Amino acid sequence: MSSRTFTTGAFVKYLLAGTYFGIVLVKGEVVSWYRIQEMFHFQSIHMYGIIGLAVLVGALSLLFLKAAHARSIEGIEIAPKGKPFNRVGNPAGGLVFGFGWALTGACPGPLYANLGAGYWPVLIAIASALLGALAYGYLRPRLPH
Amino acid sequence: MWETVTGPWPWYVSGPLLGLMVPILLILGNKEFGISSTFRQVCAAVLPARATYFSEYPWRDHLWNLTLALGVILGAALAVLFLGGNRAPQVSPATIDLFATWNVAEPTALQPAEIYGVAHAASARALVSLIAGGFLVGFGTRYANGCTSGHAIMGLSQLKVGSLVATLGFFAGGAIVSNFVMPWVMSL
Repeated sequence: MSSRTFTTGAFVKYLLAGTYFGIVLVKGEVVSWYRIQEMFHFQSIHMYGIIGLAVLVGALSLLFLKAAHARSIEGIEIAPKGKPFNRVGNPAGGLVFGFGWALTGACPGPLYANLGAGYWPVLIAIASALLGALAYGYLRPRLPH
Repeated sequence: MWETVTGPWPWYVSGPLLGLMVPILLILGNKEFGISSTFRQVCAAVLPARATYFSEYPWRDHLWNLTLALGVILGAALAVLFLGGNRAPQVSPATIDLFATWNVAEPTALQPAEIYGVAHAASARALVSLIAGGFLVGFGTRYANGCTSGHAIMGLSQLKVGSLVATLGFFAGGAIVSNFVMPWVMSL
């Protein structure tokens, strides 16, 4: 049932959305190791400005979509649920991810973008990120969340 | 006009364009912006993992997210090939001084050859950055249930407490490592 619901049309629309995302990540220099180290040393507004304005535009868009009772192009009312608050998982996992973000200079979107940009050694980081996700999956029953 | 596109994009242009991912995905199909769950999807799809985190995960229902990641790869390639995407970021003079203390040259491209250049990929500092960093990114985003896209942009746009806590964790962890661990890693 599930695989049949993913049509060619769906493939094309999410591929285009991803293409747009990839272009903005590269042209915004969000994928750059240089920009990430600069951000974590609080030496430029660049990354903070980008994330801050992205959140502002995201939040205003949500308010507008809600007020307009907007529907998706599939005709379903737009009602994002958001993620639950995990008292331990959010801060602990967030901290661990932050460590990795500074080390690689790339968060998940930029990991993929760097591959597209032709920085092949990023394949090592992507493979390692999959291993990290795998390790989490096995440790999950024993971790506090 | 075209030079405006191929030239450097100021943050006040890139930021709003990035934020538009939120309404774009909702309008296209009621999808909440995020990308790090693709790590879970790949693990569930390609590995016969016994952990229920993967075996009980209907990854085929999330093909849209893997397609989004594929699009990111494509978009990044287009940006570099046709939109002047590989230019050196104009980082602050203080950051250039910092890089000098790390034995990293002034930027001449989007990424440092010292870490992301094929010729240096086998150096100790590149391997530690990519292997340890990648692992922590994969582990951390799954433990936190989201990354910069899902928590910092989508979650904060929704004013979610968990996303705020996770985002504070991202920046605290990154600031600690970039300031106190990177000097050592870069000296390897």
